[in-house]
Amino acid sequence: MLILTCPNCGVSGEETEFTPGGEAHLKRFGPGSDDEAFTGYLFERKNPKGVHFERWRHAYGCGKWFHAARCTVTLEVFGTYSAQTTEPPAHIIDAIKTKRPDWEGYE
Amino acid sequence: MADAVSAVGGAEFRGAVTVREVGPTGMITLRGDLGSDAVAKAVKAATGLGAVPGEREIGLDGDKGAAWMSPDELLILVPYAEAEKAVTAMEKAPGKAHALVVNVSDARAHFRISGAGVREVLAKGAPVDLSPDAFGAGTIRRSRVGQVAAAFWLSDTDCFDLVCFRSVGEYMFTWLSTAGAKDSLPGYLS
Ligand SMILES: [Zn+2]
Repeated sequence: MLILTCPNCGVSGEETEFTPGGEAHLKRFGPGSDDEAFTGYLFERKNPKGVHFERWRHAYGCGKWFHAARCTVTLEVFGTYSAQTTEPPAHIIDAIKTKRPDWEGYE
Repeated sequence: MADAVSAVGGAEFRGAVTVREVGPTGMITLRGDLGSDAVAKAVKAATGLGAVPGEREIGLDGDKGAAWMSPDELLILVPYAEAEKAVTAMEKAPGKAHALVVNVSDARAHFRISGAGVREVLAKGAPVDLSPDAFGAGTIRRSRVGQVAAAFWLSDTDCFDLVCFRSVGEYMFTWLSTAGAKDSLPGYLS
């Protein structure tokens, strides 16, 4: 079972209280971008075995979005953080590196 | 004004615990900067409470109250007949500062579940630690109960108040009555 702590309201809840929102930190390619970039934005997603960054919404709780860094193999959650950021903050990167020294890093 | 009709007509169930629909309750959504004077004034105007509830807190004073719903949202509780008056007072209170005030009374259902095993009844369907050490008075928790969203708080010893959307009021009453059936409690939290 996946247990997430919502950084907006402090609740630690199990996953049925939340709604997954897919891969985190996508950059939007819209009007003016070429077809390849637009296709990538629409369809191409990471599917790592290991460290992954995702968007989640506390659907049954405070209703707010946030980000989570977790391991797709063990369901270990390295940390949750604000939705209002375009990349993982330093303290999340540090937490992952402490637990997964071999991790290749973000992006 | 037409007579207000509640979700399940004030139904009551008696089993291991008692489940009762409280009936029409004044509920007002207030959105704004919860640390601002504007919101403090609006809370005071509607409920008389001198403090804005902190994270996951609910402040109660008789039949009025204010509950923390999210970092920018409060739920104001007042008697049903006073809701419109409270809305008017809340809209005036912040002056020019930004706040949203909406009377949601008719969109909600309000239940009261009481009896010694009440924590176990809720724990059957809410993924929440309901042990007395973890869940005490003054806390409000938004979560799910069964398959629907709800918010609940301790209104007295062994007594929870629960609010949910009116559209799922009948589901909630049936769910609570089933979970609270006689001889159905595990006896884990008591
Ligand atoms: Zn939350």
